[in-house]
Amino acid sequence: MNRINNLFINNTKNILSVYFTAGYPNLNDTTTIINTLSKSGADLIEIGIPFSDPLADGPTIQNSSEIALKNGMSLKLLFEQLANIRKTTNIPLILMGYLNSVIQYGVESFCKKCKETGIDGLILPDLPTNIYVDNYADIFKKYDLKTIFLITPQTDNSRIKYIDSISDSFIYMVSSASTTGAKSDISEAQQKYFQKISNMNLKNPKLIGFGISDKKTFESACQFAEGAIIGSAFIKALTNSKSIEKNIENFVTQIKGLRPI
Amino acid sequence: MKYDVNKNGYYGSFGGAYIPEMLYPNIENLKKNYIKIINSPDFQKEFTELLRDYVGRPTPLYFAKRLSEYYNTNIYLKREDLNHTGAHKINNTIGQILLAKRLGKKRIIAETGAGQHGVATATVCALMGIECIVYMGETDMKRQAPNVARMKMLGAEVRPATCGNKTLKDATNEAIRDWINNPVNTHYIIGSVVGPHPYPDIVTMFQSIISYEMKIQMLQKTGKDSPDYIIACVGGGSNAIGAFYHYLENTKVNLIAVEASGLGVNSGKSAATLVLGKPGIIHGSKTILMQNDDGQITEPYSISAGLDYPGVGPIHAYLAETKRVNFKNATDSEAIKAAYQLTRIEGIIPALETAHALAILEKTKFKKNETIVINISGRGDKDMETYIKHLTI
Repeated sequence: MNRINNLFINNTKNILSVYFTAGYPNLNDTTTIINTLSKSGADLIEIGIPFSDPLADGPTIQNSSEIALKNGMSLKLLFEQLANIRKTTNIPLILMGYLNSVIQYGVESFCKKCKETGIDGLILPDLPTNIYVDNYADIFKKYDLKTIFLITPQTDNSRIKYIDSISDSFIYMVSSASTTGAKSDISEAQQKYFQKISNMNLKNPKLIGFGISDKKTFESACQFAEGAIIGSAFIKALTNSKSIEKNIENFVTQIKGLRPI
Repeated sequence: MKYDVNKNGYYGSFGGAYIPEMLYPNIENLKKNYIKIINSPDFQKEFTELLRDYVGRPTPLYFAKRLSEYYNTNIYLKREDLNHTGAHKINNTIGQILLAKRLGKKRIIAETGAGQHGVATATVCALMGIECIVYMGETDMKRQAPNVARMKMLGAEVRPATCGNKTLKDATNEAIRDWINNPVNTHYIIGSVVGPHPYPDIVTMFQSIISYEMKIQMLQKTGKDSPDYIIACVGGGSNAIGAFYHYLENTKVNLIAVEASGLGVNSGKSAATLVLGKPGIIHGSKTILMQNDDGQITEPYSISAGLDYPGVGPIHAYLAETKRVNFKNATDSEAIKAAYQLTRIEGIIPALETAHALAILEKTKFKKNETIVINISGRGDKDMETYIKHLTI
């Protein structure tokens, strides 16, 4: 069974998904970050493929992508780094990036490589649902890659139902109209939006992302969804860290409020 | 028309709307309404009146006698430089501000390279009393300082884009991010035939006035509504599509688009997208773009801030693929030389962008009885600092 589906069968509360940009802070940190996150209690990992023009990202992830590219990161190298990742961890892994990277790698070769590596899903923010359904759904499914779509406070009910119908893992609920890394508490309007989605009884579980940065925002998000996604705040925690492992451990522990096992 | 966008938003295999979900409602709203709004009688009336009384259209089609003698052929200049604000860009911003008003938007954002689109946007926002924010690469803010001052005087806020090479591509990224963060009250006025569908079609519709007038003026002046050649420069490609549009199906007219090859096509310092690029996604559209094997978008280079773009509008990618338009290029120094030539021989200082189109005269042999129209997309006031540096040429 796909590891993402498996995760949501066994867990329905307080799921923590963590995003990081591959190649940041250092070129060869990728497997260390994954293994440490996994050991520290993260439930799901989104590996960012750095891109020169990340349209949907705020300053923190833009900056990490720029540094990752300067460090020499590429999709080809990322797959090399991940070649043996399934020998050390069974945590669900998602690749998150922009469609151009996939197209230039070659869509079929990319999917094949994902399958070989043990990648479970994809988040491609600039791949809209209609183009996915027409051109990509079959090939992604052939290699058991789950595609995760976003919904926002501006997404209307019929579209939410449509996105739910073409999804088969979880729905990425964007907390507010923004690029990544927006800093905010969870407002009343957002709570209303979360509650509305919660009441829709969608077939897919939901994770809330964008603006989740600490224990407080994580916990309030978890009241309305199966869990939440942290990206920019984690990237900040990696910056200037003397010991990456220690920083990651502390970060996850603080958010989830438990000691690492 | 066979070169128009199809019902799915594509030109052949190019185009589409590769946008994050955050922009979906805005793009859907535009897609559903733009044709209906633009074709409505009240829109057309207001648009036509503003173009006539405010912009100063129709722009003249001027027979350049001395330039024609020099090249021993017949050269006409379509004088978009005589538009209010000094370039063709205002054709589009007038149209888009009227569209934005009818969509109920209260805030306008735009990107700009040379600053001409920024000035044209700031101008229509002043005219309509709407808040205006223009994103401009930090590098471009320095090399097009007069236009930054104009935007500020017009009441616009100019926000520097500080990532990448700090030029047009980066300003466009910032404008798109702003739109993601302000999806409800804001309309994004894109300045070229780039971006997600329906933007390339919207901008094409508004710029096609150039070739619409050209047909009438050619007939009046030569007894024939079409020239043998039309030449225009291409960054994203808005003035070129404007000059070509009504001739696309008349294959007797040779259409030449001129990209900027900077220090030379293979110098590593170039913006000759059609030579160096391959298909991919940039700014929400599938088109030809300059990129490396890993799919990272290459930083372009040109002396001209308006042509310094690593992609080209999807309609141009299609026109190049179908060979309807012949893509050529001109270097920085060829453009500077051509600008000086036009200035000294006709008394017209062209924009650096336009100078690339003019440079083709030196590189192509035209016959004595042939007729050529060059689209003078803008005037060179904004480029004086660059031109003066080359005064010794």
